[in-house]
Amino acid sequence: MMLQIKDLAVSTNGQNILKNINLEIDKGETVVLFGPNGCGKTTLLMSIMGLGGYKIEKGKIIFKGKDITNIPVYERVKLGIGIMFQRPPTVNGVTVRQLVKLCGDEDLDVGEIAGTLRANSFLDRSVNDGFSGGEIKRSELLQLIAQEPDLVLLDEPESGVDVENIALIGKAINKLLDKGVMKYSNGLSLKEHHTRRYRPGLIITHTGYILDYVPADRGIVFMNGHVVCGGNPFEILNIIRDKGFEECKKCDKKHKRQIQ
Amino acid sequence: MRQKTQKTNPVKEILLENLVEEKGYEHPYQEDLSLISQEDKERMLHAGVNLNSKERSGTFIMKDQSVIHCNIKQPGIELLSTSVALEKYDSLKNYWWKLLLPDTDRYTEHVKNHDARGYFIRAKAGAKSYFPVQSCLFLEDPGVVQSVHNIIIAEEGSELEILTGCTSNENSETSRAHLGVSEIYVYKNAKVTYSMIHNWGENIQVRPRTGIIVEEGGTFISNYICIRPVKDVQMDPIARLVGKGATALFNSILVAEPGSMMDIGSRVILEEEDTKTEIVSRALTTGGVITARGLIRGQAAGCKGHLECQGLVLDGGGQIYTIPELDGMVSGVELSHEAAVGKIAQDEIEYLMARGLSEQDAIGVIVRGFLNVEIVGLPPILKKEIESAIDKIKESAF
Repeated sequence: MMLQIKDLAVSTNGQNILKNINLEIDKGETVVLFGPNGCGKTTLLMSIMGLGGYKIEKGKIIFKGKDITNIPVYERVKLGIGIMFQRPPTVNGVTVRQLVKLCGDEDLDVGEIAGTLRANSFLDRSVNDGFSGGEIKRSELLQLIAQEPDLVLLDEPESGVDVENIALIGKAINKLLDKGVMKYSNGLSLKEHHTRRYRPGLIITHTGYILDYVPADRGIVFMNGHVVCGGNPFEILNIIRDKGFEECKKCDKKHKRQIQ
Repeated sequence: MRQKTQKTNPVKEILLENLVEEKGYEHPYQEDLSLISQEDKERMLHAGVNLNSKERSGTFIMKDQSVIHCNIKQPGIELLSTSVALEKYDSLKNYWWKLLLPDTDRYTEHVKNHDARGYFIRAKAGAKSYFPVQSCLFLEDPGVVQSVHNIIIAEEGSELEILTGCTSNENSETSRAHLGVSEIYVYKNAKVTYSMIHNWGENIQVRPRTGIIVEEGGTFISNYICIRPVKDVQMDPIARLVGKGATALFNSILVAEPGSMMDIGSRVILEEEDTKTEIVSRALTTGGVITARGLIRGQAAGCKGHLECQGLVLDGGGQIYTIPELDGMVSGVELSHEAAVGKIAQDEIEYLMARGLSEQDAIGVIVRGFLNVEIVGLPPILKKEIESAIDKIKESAF
C-alpha cells in the first residue's frame, strides 16, 4: 500500500471535522473523493500534507510504510507527497519560474514543461498575483510536474476553470498519473505503460467534471467527515449528477445508526 | 498597558556642536588605489564601490573632508573635485545652491558655512557612460562631521550612471555625522541613473539633501539601498520635472535592525505636461524604526504619478510608519498610491513548505520576493548584499 489512513480524526479551530477515516490507496491507483461542501475533503488532503491549523486527534497516516502522522511538511514532500492547492496564496516578488525551480532543481528547463501547459505567458509574473482560475491551476500543475511526487493530491482541479482549460488541465493530470492516451517515444504500448503505472492520485472534486478527462479507478463519498460509500467513480458521479447528495445522505443515516 | 505613541518624525536633530567640525582635511591623496587598506576596500565593497573592477568609468573617494582619489577614464565624462571645478569653471556658480537653498535647515547651513568638498560630474552632450562612475564618501576620524557638496550635470542627450557608496571604518565607538548636499541637473533627453548605497555604522547620523531638476524628455532614476545598521538617516530628496515628458523614478530598499532609525522620503513635482513618476519603497524592520514618505504633486494636465509603499514588520519591536501624499493641483492629473504594512503571511510560508522548503527557507524566499524591487542597473555586488541581509533576517525570524 502506498498510502494508509487508519482511524483518523482531525479537528480545526476546535471543531471535529474528520471522524474515524479509513482509507488505503495502492500504487498506480487514482481515487476520486466526492462530497458536498464542508464535508471535510480538503481537511483530509491538508492532514495528509501536514499543514498547520489541522490537529490530528487520533489515528495514523502511513506513507510508503512510514508513519508520517507527525513529521513536518517539507519532510513529507521529500518522501514524495505533492499537492495542488485549490486557492493558493499570492507570493509577491517571487516568479512562477523561480518557484518551479525551487520545486524541482536549479537546472530544470522550466520553459520546456511550461510549453505543454501553455504557461509561458505567466512564468515571469509573481506567483498567483492576479491570476485567472485557469492560470492558477496551470501554475500549480507546473510546480507538481517539476516536483515529481510519488503521491499526487489534487484539490478541486477544475474549480474556477473554463472548459478549454479543463481539457488542458486534465491532460496534464493524466501525464502526471500515467493515465489516458498519451504519446510515448519509448516504444512501449499504452497498455504496458498503464500496467507499469506507479504514481497514485487522490482527487477532490465537487462537480466531477474532471472525470470527463481523467479516468479514475475508484470513487469515495465523504459525508460529515467520514467515508459513506466507495465504488466505481463514474457510477457514483452519475448518481450524484442526477440526485445530488440526497442518495448519499440515506447511506449516511444508516451509517450513523450502525455506529450508535 | 500604555499605548505606544507615534511621533511623526522620530529622527532627532544632530547636535553638530558636540562633534568636531574642523577635522579630516589631512588625509593624503592616493593616486595608486592598491595602497588603500584591505579593510577599507572591504567596507567600500559592501557599499557597492569596487576599486578593483574594470567596469567603472571613474572613481572618486572622499575620506572625511579630504578628496583622496579622483580619476576618470572615459572621454566625454568629466569628474573633478568641486573645489577644482569651481576654480576651473566660473559658470559653475550658476549651478551652486540653485536647486537647494542654504537656509533650508541647519544641515544645509552647516554645509554652506564650512569648507564642503565633493564631486563634480558632467556628461557632455550626447556622451554615454559605458560603466558607472563610482564615488565613495568615507568616514574615518572619530567625532568628524563630513560636509559634502556635489554637482551632477547631464547635458542634452547624454546618459550618466553614478554609483555612490557611503561607508566608514569599523570604529563604532564615537559619534560621527555625514551631511551631503547634491544638486542634479538632467537636461533635455538626458538620462541619469543614480544609485546610492548606505553602509554606515551604528553611531553615524546621516542627512543627505538632494535637489534634482529634469528637463524635457529627460529621465532621472534613483535607487537607494540602506540595509546595514545606521544610527539615524533622514532624507527627502525633491525632483522637479520641468520639461514635457520628463520622468523620475525612485526605488528604495530599507532594512532596519534594532537601533536604526530611518526617515526616508521622495518628493516629485510634476510641473509640465506628460511628466511622469513612480516612487516605490520596500521597508522591512527587525527592530528598527522606519518612516517611509512619498509626495507627488501634479501641477500640469496629463501628468501621471504612482506611489507604492510596502512595509513588513518582523518580530523585534520595530515600527514602520508610512506617509504617502498626493496633491493634484489642476484637472487632468492622474495620481495614485498603494500602501500596506504587514507581516509574513502564514499561508504563504505553508504554501512554500508544501513545495519542499523548510520554514526558514520559505521565509527567506518570501522576504527576497518582498525586497525584490525591479532595480535598473543594480550592480551584482548589491544583489549579494541584499542576499546577505536576507540571510540575517532568516536567522532573526526564529
